[in-house]
Parts: sequence; C-alpha cells; structure tokens
Amino acid sequence: MNGPHDLGGQMGFGAVAPEADEPIFHADWEKRALGVTLAAGGMGHWTIDESRHARECLHPADYYASSYYEIWTKALERLLVRHGFVTEDELADGRARAAGAAPKRVLRAADVPAALARGGPCDRPVADRPRFAVGARVRTRTIHPKGHTRLPRYARGKVGVVEAARGGFVFPDANAHGTGEAPQHLYTIVFSARELWGEAADPTLSVSIDAWEDYLEPADER
Amino acid sequence: MAHDHPHDNDLDPMTARVRALETVLAEKGLIDPAAVDAIVETYEHKVGPKNGARVVAKAWADPAFADWLRSDATAAIASLGFTGRQGEHMQAVFNSADTHNLVVCTLCSCYPWSVLGLPPVWYKSPPYRSRAVIDPRGVLEEFGLRLPGETAIRVWDSTAELRYLVVPQRPSGTQGWAEEALAGLVTRDSMIGTGLALAPEAAS
Repeated sequence: MNGPHDLGGQMGFGAVAPEADEPIFHADWEKRALGVTLAAGGMGHWTIDESRHARECLHPADYYASSYYEIWTKALERLLVRHGFVTEDELADGRARAAGAAPKRVLRAADVPAALARGGPCDRPVADRPRFAVGARVRTRTIHPKGHTRLPRYARGKVGVVEAARGGFVFPDANAHGTGEAPQHLYTIVFSARELWGEAADPTLSVSIDAWEDYLEPADER
Repeated sequence: MAHDHPHDNDLDPMTARVRALETVLAEKGLIDPAAVDAIVETYEHKVGPKNGARVVAKAWADPAFADWLRSDATAAIASLGFTGRQGEHMQAVFNSADTHNLVVCTLCSCYPWSVLGLPPVWYKSPPYRSRAVIDPRGVLEEFGLRLPGETAIRVWDSTAELRYLVVPQRPSGTQGWAEEALAGLVTRDSMIGTGLALAPEAAS
C-alpha cells in the first residue's frame, strides 16, 4: 500500500538528530512494548509480514506523530483484536473480561534465549529456476497494491541491474494477508541515483533494494 | 508486582497504555511477564554493537575470515556465536578507498539485531529513512562525516529479510593490533555507514 511508512525520497522531515550516548530505551514502557510485542508474536498467530502491515496501516497522521515503539504498540493492539485475543474494551481499561481465542503456544521465560537465538528464518526452497541472471537489466514493475508490498514507491518503474540472486524467500505481499508463504526468488537490484531521482542526482550515488521476482520484468519488455 | 494499578491516571499515556496491554495479556495467560523480562534483558545487556565490532575486528585481522564474511556472512558471524532474530540472513558489505556503504530501511526499521542490537531512534525515524536514499551526503554531514566528492556512495535499502553489516575500513596506524584492541575502534555508526572506524588516537 502507498502508506505513511513508505518514506524513501519524502521531504520535509528535517535533519537527522543523532543522540550522543543514546540509551537503549528512553522509558520503561518502551522496554515492555518491545518485550510484549515479541512475546505476543511468539504465540504464532501472525507473521512478521502481517505485523509490518498492521504498522503501516495506521492513519498517516497517527503514524507520523508516533514514536516507533508507539507504532509497534498500536499495531499490536490491532493484531490482538483482529485475531480474537482481546477486545477494545479490555485494552481501554486494562482488565480482562471474556476468555477470547486460545493461543497455539505461549512463550515462556525459559524458552526466550533459544527462541531469540533461533529467530525466524524466511528462506525457502523454490522449485523454479531464477528467472533473472546476475548482471541482467531489469525494470521494476509499476504497481500500487492496496495490500502489503516491500517494493518502495521510489523504486517502481525503474531500470536497474541484478547484482545478486539470493535464493527463495517468503513473499511478504502474500504472507502478510494469511494466504501462505508463496516463496519466490529474491534479488538485489542496484539503481543509479540518476535513474531514481533524475539528471540532477549525485552521479556517485547508487541505491539497491532487495526485490522479489514478481516485482521485476526484463528491462526490454516494454 | 508491577501491574497492580492499570487504572492509574497519573501515568503518562504510553506508560498507561502499555501497562493495560501487558496486564490484559498476562491475565489471559497469553504472555508470560517473565518472558517479557527476559527479552528486555537480552537486548539491554547481552546483544549489542559489541558483537558487530568483534566481527569487524576479526575481518580486519584475519583475511580468511574476511573472505568467509564476504561469501557467507550468516555462517561466518554464527561462528562467533551471534545468531538469531533479525540476523537470520546476514550480508556484510565492505567499505573501500573508492566506495562507502550506507544501510537504511525506508519502509520500516529493519536492522541487524544479532550484531548491532536494537536500532537507535534516528534510524527508525522519518528524517533518516526519507533522506538516506536521495541525499546520503547530506545525511552523513549531519553525523559529522564529510566524504571526498569522488568517493562513491552505495546505499542498501533493507526491503527484504537480508540484514546488512557495513565493514568499515581499517584505520591506518593499527598494524599488529590484537583483535580486541581493534574492536575498540569499531563504532555502531561505522557498521551502519553513518560513521567511520575511530582513529587509533581516539581509543586511548
């Protein structure tokens, strides 16, 4: 979706503000927000792709007014309601009422080190051979899906070069919507800044994205 | 216990909101508050940029490891004990005299947790995410880094599950240094690309 999260090339947000000796957390609630988000994800009822989509579905005014842990918290609330674990009323006053959906599993403290050390690998076998060879010129498709996608707007309809073929990976555009992992070949595609941003762009700059096969077509196809 | 008073109205809104959320989930048995503690403990005290600094220092000191890091970063990094969440599929990108690498996630906040820990606020915020891909030189200047005009800049937008670690150039004047001393020159920002490794004078 063309949501508030798709920030590449946007203007008006001002200077980057690096903070010297930045603490890992800026408030205790941020710690809990991180831990609760990961622990609730550990129930196994939604994917990382569905989580990301829940964050980017926040209203743009809300998204831009929220810190990142606020965005995570608001998205987690939506996921929990969507999947039947809690109600809006329960979140409003912090009291559990009805039982709600039963979790597939609950992440216990003793299992946290192993779960974090394992992570969630997203590489998957794909039977078909890669459609594009390293070195090939490709054009990213001009698409504006209403659902989740990882093809940023600034890199749509642009010609780039396949720098690496990364193997098969879960396809977020499908997986975010519960329609299965539908793995596809993934490639690193590099663009000149002039292709992305026009003739006035820095000639020494190049930018790459990692793009699934469905995002790409041969550069000479149209 | 910490969750006795979800109704407290003297709390700031996010403290109250997250407390209500955690309380409901714990009451329903959906999360284990001790697991939340363990997660926080991991990222507050165990996983952080010291991991990445060890990787970079070893790559500087050991050419065979550097080659391995180049060809299979996930395995090379795992050999030092750094694996897991948001580091499942690692790529190492090496700065050179000609090219400076910079990592961003324009779409969210993808970051190599297993080697750098949790991302700083600026990495997740709109100014960096919007400008890193269109005006990286301007961004770098805001970090106090002015690169020569002829140095090429390569920006890696982390749009998939690959996580990028920048291997900065080894500072001159560090010949013969042990890995541990070299690691002390490797800053978090140098592994994102918003900085360089420290000069030897800075380490003392």
